[in-house]
Amino acid sequence: MRASTRIFASIVAAVLIAAVVAAFAIAWRPTIAAIDPPDPQSFDAALVKRGRDLAAIGNCSDCHTPRGARNFAGGLPVPTPFGTIFSTNITPDPETGIGRWSEAAFRRAMRSGVNREAQHLYPTFPYDHFTNVSDEDDRALYAFLMTRQPVRAAPRENQLSFPFDQRLAIAGWKLLFLRHDTYRPDPRQSAEWNRGAYLVEGLAHCGACHTPRNALGAERVSARFAGGDVDDWHAYAINDQSRSPVPWTADALFNYLREGWHPDHGTARGPMAKVVSNLSSVPASDVRAIAVYMASVSGTPAPGRAAPREDALARAKAASQANPVGASIYTAACSSCHEGSRPLPYGGVDLGLSTAISSPDPRNLANIVLSGIDAVEGERSPIMPGFAASMNDEQASALLNYLRARFSDQPAWTDLKKTIVEARRTQTVFLQTSPAPRNAPADPQQREKP
Amino acid sequence: MMTLKVNGREHQVDVEADTPLLYVLRDDLKLNAAKYGCGLGQCGSCTVIVDGKAVLSCVVPMVLLEGKHITTLEGLGTIAEPAPIQRAFMEEQAAQCGYCIPGMMMRAQALLQKNSKPTDEQIRAELEPHLCRCGTHMRILRAIHRAARLMDTADASPAASGSAR
Ligand code: FES
Ligand code: FES
Repeated sequence: MRASTRIFASIVAAVLIAAVVAAFAIAWRPTIAAIDPPDPQSFDAALVKRGRDLAAIGNCSDCHTPRGARNFAGGLPVPTPFGTIFSTNITPDPETGIGRWSEAAFRRAMRSGVNREAQHLYPTFPYDHFTNVSDEDDRALYAFLMTRQPVRAAPRENQLSFPFDQRLAIAGWKLLFLRHDTYRPDPRQSAEWNRGAYLVEGLAHCGACHTPRNALGAERVSARFAGGDVDDWHAYAINDQSRSPVPWTADALFNYLREGWHPDHGTARGPMAKVVSNLSSVPASDVRAIAVYMASVSGTPAPGRAAPREDALARAKAASQANPVGASIYTAACSSCHEGSRPLPYGGVDLGLSTAISSPDPRNLANIVLSGIDAVEGERSPIMPGFAASMNDEQASALLNYLRARFSDQPAWTDLKKTIVEARRTQTVFLQTSPAPRNAPADPQQREKP
Repeated sequence: MMTLKVNGREHQVDVEADTPLLYVLRDDLKLNAAKYGCGLGQCGSCTVIVDGKAVLSCVVPMVLLEGKHITTLEGLGTIAEPAPIQRAFMEEQAAQCGYCIPGMMMRAQALLQKNSKPTDEQIRAELEPHLCRCGTHMRILRAIHRAARLMDTADASPAASGSAR
């Protein structure tokens, strides 16, 4: 009896030790030796320029630069279901940034999510996509980042609960979800399509927002591009389940990604606004390639998706009867722009074309009605005033209910009031994280001195 | 007929429910402090306070205002007895053409009512929706800080001495 217990115990111990050894074997990575920060002049200017465009396609600045902060210095809180993760400083500062990283260290971080000091990085850094980035492109990105202004900004401590605060856990996550293969072109498709696929699946990491995630925060392979969550916004389904009333075409996608709006679809806003603003500055051929590939991902929509006109008119009448308060708010506050003749981006999109209103998730509509769209400095950008201060929760839900009933053929949203309360909270927080505006003089008194 | 509560008084106005508040203030009530700049909610010159919050009156239809209290610049102080915010703007000579100023003052007032000592950053962030074509921003900033100090001192209430200097 005692002997058998002992044998059992030693088997358990052996298994445990083996498991720990195996875990370390899988998890352990060597530190890559620190280098002296390379001289910015040592990088080829054309390579740096290519790196700049790639960084824009990768939307790197969005996470690595909080609003109003210095470029690429990190510190943006990224809320996840497991806690808050802060983006890191990727300027070439030797102490707090990546100044002492060799190109090999940079490539390893991109490929397998391990930093120079051999720590596993959280997959909020989307290396599950960056495995697809070619060596050449990694070299260009490295050259671009290493020639930025170094900024001294110590990384902020992540706020994660156990066991997610254990970096070893990330190694397990990688074992389950990280595939190390790089992008292989599909010979049956055009060069343009393949270029788009390479960018979308890799550096542009579109799926990071647009693909739903499983309980462990990994993208669900079976639901690629079926719509996901980001920063209290809903990233729409962009596969064949798209709720866009008019199906997307490559041309429409190109214009939308390039300019930030399309008359059949409306405007990019929330986190997508940053993406399109970055894409407006890269070679048009790359944006077109992305559009071509995404148009083929979204596929051919079911026939009759665009609602016939009579249906729309009947819906409008029924909606006004059912919800006169919402109807009158719409007429008074929305229709003058959304039914006006001013073209986009200064006029409003025909709401019958709005994906936000047809989407299963009301958050984007709530966000935009409450916070509006701010004009982008120096750009021809969409504008809309926010109504947070002038509509109370009842009025806002009456309006949203009305918009849903009138402009979509989808069932009414449930729990709308809660969404609105939540949107009020999160979007104000978002607006207030902005510290001093860019270009502000350090001393406001200074300018007026002769 | 709709009832509108402005600066503590009730008014009966004969307007459509979708009329923007700005039009009613200016055309029906002859309260001309709030200005029409863009009519699109993009410049801030039409700002008034509704239930303590700064709103752009050019895009707020009457239907949203039932039972709410509206304050316009006229409700803060008079020429003889200017409110602290008005005194501060005068003392800093913060107006050039003055078109944006009533809107700026109203949002600043709403800010000071919930935060009596705002920082420079907070003022800048709060006043971001406002445009000033004359470029008096630095003086406006100083005026708001001055108003905060005035409100802090005993003689700052609009009903006090009223010495506008
Ligand atoms: S007139 Fe209202 S914001 Fe310009
Ligand atoms: S003082 Fe002229 S617009 Fe501001």
